Amino acid sequence: MIENPNKKRLRRSMMFLNAQKPSLIKDPYIYGADSLMLDLEDAVAATAKDTARFSLYHALRSIDYRGSERVVRINGLDTDLWEEDIRCVVAGGADVIRIPKTENADMVRAVEDKVLAAEEEFHREPGTTLLMSALESAKGVMNAYEICTASDRMIGVALSGGDYTKDLQTRITGTGVELMGARQQMIIAARAAGVQCFDTVWTNLDDMEGFRKDVETIHMMGFDGKSCINPRQIDVVHKIFTPTMKEIIFSEKVIREIDDKKAKGIGVFTVDGKMIDIAFYDGAKRNIMLAKAAGIYKGDL
Amino acid sequence: MLNAVGRDIPEEILKKTGKEVFQGSHHFDGHEFKKDGPKVRCVINQSGTKLLPSIREALEKCGIKDGMTLGFHHHFRNGDKVLNMVIEECHKMGIKDLRIAASSLGAQNDPIVPYIEDGTITEIQSSGVRGGIGKAISEGKLRGLAIMRSHGARVRAIETGETHIDIAFIGAPTADEYGNLNANGGKADCGVLSYSAVDAEMADRVVAVTDCLVPFPNLPAQITQTHVDYVVKVAEIGDPTKIATGAAKPTTDQRKLMMAQYCTDFVKNTPYFKEGFSYQTGVGGASIASTISLAEVMRERGIHMSFGVGGLTKPMCDLLDEGLVGCLVDTQDFDQDAIENMKTNPRHFYITAGEYADPFNKGAYVNKLDFVILAALEVDTHFNCNVVVGSDGYITGAQGGHPDTAAGAKCTIVIAPIMQGRIPTICTDCTTVTTPGEDVDVVITDYGIAINPKRSDLIEATKDSGLPFKTIEELRDIAYSITGEPEKVQFGDRVVGIIEARDGTIMDVVREIKPFSFRD
Amino acid sequence: MEIRKPAVAGTMESSDCQVSLEPGEGGIDFTLESVVAQQFGNEIRRVALETLSRLGVDSVKISIIDKGALDCTIRARVEGAVYRSLEQFKDLPWGGAIR
Repeated sequence: MIENPNKKRLRRSMMFLNAQKPSLIKDPYIYGADSLMLDLEDAVAATAKDTARFSLYHALRSIDYRGSERVVRINGLDTDLWEEDIRCVVAGGADVIRIPKTENADMVRAVEDKVLAAEEEFHREPGTTLLMSALESAKGVMNAYEICTASDRMIGVALSGGDYTKDLQTRITGTGVELMGARQQMIIAARAAGVQCFDTVWTNLDDMEGFRKDVETIHMMGFDGKSCINPRQIDVVHKIFTPTMKEIIFSEKVIREIDDKKAKGIGVFTVDGKMIDIAFYDGAKRNIMLAKAAGIYKGDL
Repeated sequence: MLNAVGRDIPEEILKKTGKEVFQGSHHFDGHEFKKDGPKVRCVINQSGTKLLPSIREALEKCGIKDGMTLGFHHHFRNGDKVLNMVIEECHKMGIKDLRIAASSLGAQNDPIVPYIEDGTITEIQSSGVRGGIGKAISEGKLRGLAIMRSHGARVRAIETGETHIDIAFIGAPTADEYGNLNANGGKADCGVLSYSAVDAEMADRVVAVTDCLVPFPNLPAQITQTHVDYVVKVAEIGDPTKIATGAAKPTTDQRKLMMAQYCTDFVKNTPYFKEGFSYQTGVGGASIASTISLAEVMRERGIHMSFGVGGLTKPMCDLLDEGLVGCLVDTQDFDQDAIENMKTNPRHFYITAGEYADPFNKGAYVNKLDFVILAALEVDTHFNCNVVVGSDGYITGAQGGHPDTAAGAKCTIVIAPIMQGRIPTICTDCTTVTTPGEDVDVVITDYGIAINPKRSDLIEATKDSGLPFKTIEELRDIAYSITGEPEKVQFGDRVVGIIEARDGTIMDVVREIKPFSFRD
Repeated sequence: MEIRKPAVAGTMESSDCQVSLEPGEGGIDFTLESVVAQQFGNEIRRVALETLSRLGVDSVKISIIDKGALDCTIRARVEGAVYRSLEQFKDLPWGGAIR
């Protein structure tokens, strides 16, 4: 099985789209989301589950999504739809499959088995299809770490706030207080497992200020990105996930210093007269990647 | 004969109309001509009245007969009732072969379609035609030719005498019994009467039609008693709910907002964006959004607009009220706020269509524009625009001030998504050319921005802006790669209309529609 | 493949098309109503016929009401209707007859 180079790509924004709606899947890349999540699950009416697959398959095969990652949310493992969904999605060549309502590692493995079988059936290199899990229940959140570590294909976990808060016997309040525990649990689990962590959607499109605050919160918590339901939200997310000029300049110095000293076999690093630790390196690399994605880094790193 | 935008204009049309082919937007600069004039029936005596009880009587007094030309304005937009009631009356009187010279026509005028079919109306001159009349013309039901000409070109045609109006009907929101007309107040408030000014001056007979008679003298008057022969009071000249809508909510469509942001970022990088610049924009979602986002930059940099031209909507009026704009010169109001602002802000001025856009006077406002932001149904790789003929081949839009402002402004920007449904907006050749590419400087799409190669100054000025520049051919190729390459619309042979350039030459012709049939 | 049952797939929304199938009488009876017929009518027909032929359907009445669908959507809707008619929702030939 190959080690997929896209596992750790940048995923600041993941925009949800109904795979059944041709007007939506035609050219959503225009809005610049890092990932597009084409939905076969909740957004698709029960009567259109079959036809949505054909739309999705041809969209995956024929539309050039111009660098946006193509994630597909399949139907739940409690339905009779998910296995054919996987065949369709793997044959279509999606980048990532999102497993809804994941509660434990066995569910991930069940999907993984089918994905592998489909990759063999459709002559795709085993390991090319990545996986991610949506955690939508208290049980799922409790099992975050085992889910994160269930498969080598795992890119990360995403919180699905609506269902999760129902399970908690509360609701989305707009304050984030009801999501605090899950967010904290998930980001810790994801980092412990070395995968990414994505936050839930913000559905009140009239409250863009609330949305901005929500994104700032999860950004500070260490999340990798936010799920979006409207293209208007993407820029807001990207701005918040863009490092400041000061951070970029510092990161650039860190990388140059460490690369340079390492090449010379020196183990002590200083930037602007201060000693720095090797632990700065990954963060600095990530900052440069974020700055590049935001189009504000013109350096040569 | 090929014209300057490469359109082959049939000889028989040149012969029939006595027109020349389009030879470039500035071909007639410096041209001298003697203005046409109206027949005036002078009123010396104090006795008698201008007030008449009905449209019928006005038609009779004006000596209506077969083959006459009637003038109308479209300030009541979708709510207009004047044109329909006049034509209805002509039909009842058995009048035939009328030529309508309207500033524009729309779906509100659908009731006159049967009078096209029965020969009451045989020629139409208008900025454009939407709705049933457009369909009727495209289907060949009009016996004569339809002429689509811009707002400026209409004034030119009338002043040169090319179109001589026998009777002009001017729907007036307020009028006194002696013919002083205004657009502020009354039941059918429309703000301005700009398009009618030339009718008032040049028509042999001028009939004011009002539903709000006010005491003499109705001052200030946009059209004065010296031009008006008769005044008719009717029950209703327009439906106020359709004349002007409430102010449109700023768009939340991210694609339009994105294009608006590109537009603002482009504008602010040009040398024209400086203290005292001038600006006009249309009423589309992206145009209005770009006004709003440009205002933010104006506030940030402390830059003021010296004057704004319209076609006005709330966002421009708000900028006037805020003091970011020196004054507004107004030829049409698209929403209630603009109509209101016309009354309340003394820096909001009425101007005539001639002052606005006529290429054959001693200088129109469009010549003083720095920027105009426009839309289009199609833009081709020569930067030619089409705003009149739809992708199905039917006449479905109006030139309005598109060619006038494009020719006048230093920087003409067209905002259009790269495709609408499956129709590529950016194409190899427009179905019909209405605005020549020589007057279009920049095309902004959701997939990138193309600058007309002849504007090397703009290319140079904006090269470090970080905007996604592409060639127009690249944009076309992107569009075709998504939609597929479109086949040309199948037309019949008969020419049903001509697209007139501002100067009266022929830009393009519109042919009769032909129902689609499969290739084999 | 034989179309024995009528079936419909797709919607009348913008950029979509609705494909209706009925049992044929030994040939393909094709009708199209499209907002972009002038530009893409021939192409829509070509894509629809090609899709039917790939699926091995040679006798059917097919009518398409098109609202500006791209080729990929036309294919998807034709396939959607055919497999609905056949009532086959599993083990579909992705990448085979469907492509």
